[in-house]
Amino acid sequence: MATTALVDPETGLTQAQLAARHGLRVAGERPSLTEYSRRLWAYRHFTAAYANAKLVASYSNAKLGQIWQVLTPLTNAAVYYLIFGVVLGQNTIPNFIAYLTTGLFIFNFTQSAVLAGTQSISGNLGLIRALHFPRACLPLAATLTQFQQLLASMIVLVGIVLVTGEPLTLAWLMLPPALLLQAFFNAGVVMVVARMGSKASDLKQVMPFILRTWMYGSGVLYSVKLFDRLPEWASTLIQFNPILVYIELARYALLEQAPLLNESLTQLWLVAAGWAVLGGIAGYVYFWRGEQEYGRG
Amino acid sequence: MDDRYETSNDVTVTLPRIVERIPTVVVDDAHVIYRVHKGAGGGNTPVAALRRLVKRSSAPNIQEVHAVKGVSFTAYRGEAIGLIGSNGSGKSTLLRTIAGLLPVNRGAVYTQGQPSLLGVNAALLNDLSGERNVTLGCLAMGMQPDDVARMTPEIIEFSGINQRGDFASLPMRTYSSGMAARLRFSIAAAKKHDVLLIDEALATGDKGFRKRSEQRVRELREGAGTVFLVSHQLSSVRDTCERTIWLESGVIRMDGPTDEVIRAYEAFANGK
Repeated sequence: MATTALVDPETGLTQAQLAARHGLRVAGERPSLTEYSRRLWAYRHFTAAYANAKLVASYSNAKLGQIWQVLTPLTNAAVYYLIFGVVLGQNTIPNFIAYLTTGLFIFNFTQSAVLAGTQSISGNLGLIRALHFPRACLPLAATLTQFQQLLASMIVLVGIVLVTGEPLTLAWLMLPPALLLQAFFNAGVVMVVARMGSKASDLKQVMPFILRTWMYGSGVLYSVKLFDRLPEWASTLIQFNPILVYIELARYALLEQAPLLNESLTQLWLVAAGWAVLGGIAGYVYFWRGEQEYGRG
Repeated sequence: MDDRYETSNDVTVTLPRIVERIPTVVVDDAHVIYRVHKGAGGGNTPVAALRRLVKRSSAPNIQEVHAVKGVSFTAYRGEAIGLIGSNGSGKSTLLRTIAGLLPVNRGAVYTQGQPSLLGVNAALLNDLSGERNVTLGCLAMGMQPDDVARMTPEIIEFSGINQRGDFASLPMRTYSSGMAARLRFSIAAAKKHDVLLIDEALATGDKGFRKRSEQRVRELREGAGTVFLVSHQLSSVRDTCERTIWLESGVIRMDGPTDEVIRAYEAFANGK
């Protein structure tokens, strides 16, 4: 049969030459970073629609539906307040409930984004194997979904902060940029865990423990002043903990008398921006390098 | 040799066949070996798993399958090619390799543009309504939002899921498997693909839908694309494809006009 021969009878070319002459590309080849970014931008509508769809789908089986978006963080805050505020009698921090909820909600943004990200490739194999789109859409959509959740919990937070007697000051304006920086950092981390989770499915089991350790190292539930008791090197290390930095920024913005680990506001902003840029870019490049691997196996 | 030169020079000769055949998929001596998990079996105890981790050896329940063994062919623009063969002959593996989802271990696969694989397990979001899935699917294929809004009613109409009431607004998990497959096919067929790979997707629909989808495959082909169709239903291959590749144990047994190949295949299958 003519077409099965290695040399095309019409042109006398080998298969590879024939492919090269008509500009065919190797199947499943990874695009360059700039080309990949261009495609990713072209798929921005998909990313947004997918993030939105996930948000809707996550509560589609609950009777109360979307109300859970606000109810979940509220219940969380209530539980931790009961334990740390009432039972353990935390009384060194002024306005502890606002201090706690700020930390909790900011931390929860990273936590749930990372957990969703771990599965953003492995949980969407059907979609990945059926349709071709830049895979980075999926971890980015996971981050975006959690960002929308964060906005809902921020409404709750503002309510709690105001009710507990904090004044509305100009410092509040620092909150949106801080959240945006955190979102960039999260996107980077999410892309890293998405790639790792696509290969090692055990990561899903390990992640909750890593995140819990991270939470205790971020001063969510207790005063960050406790970290001063640690050896010098450890407390310096914790000062650069990205989540702690984002939490401190939010506390700085919303609360008047919250204890802070970082005294210098400039340093806080520099570290926050540094993590956002470094995490975002490194995560993106790391994810792109695995692009042709997703959905295989 | 240049194509333009060829065509402009030969104006006086009317060739029975188009001179400029543009290849869309070139498969050059492709070998595909993949690893499968045999599932639970011996050596799957926690102790054994731990020992493997320490010794860094791979799990014993993984087996290598040499699914495609040196396949070469060229597919041209405007062709519809049927892939037939008995179960486990490597048809689906070959399709996934063309789609760029499985790497070749030896040889190469070259494609024009990005082939789209349309399989029966191409799952969308089951918790969302059919309509939202259409929007998502179209956006995932790279369509613009206003095009998507314009095409959505057409796609739902084509899939016929609304024939039994307003299913488009119900979550996809409430669909029967045939309905879901129909919707998936309709989404994928809404866009013009350079290369469309269809894996048993036409078999799931009812008779009316099968007719419509065969018509659609023909339209896609006329839109200068190449269509690959994997099917066990020889009739649908006969109706849609003029060329057929018969794959057996990972090698091409025959490649040629559908009638000839199917006749040979039927003789082979009956003789077994």
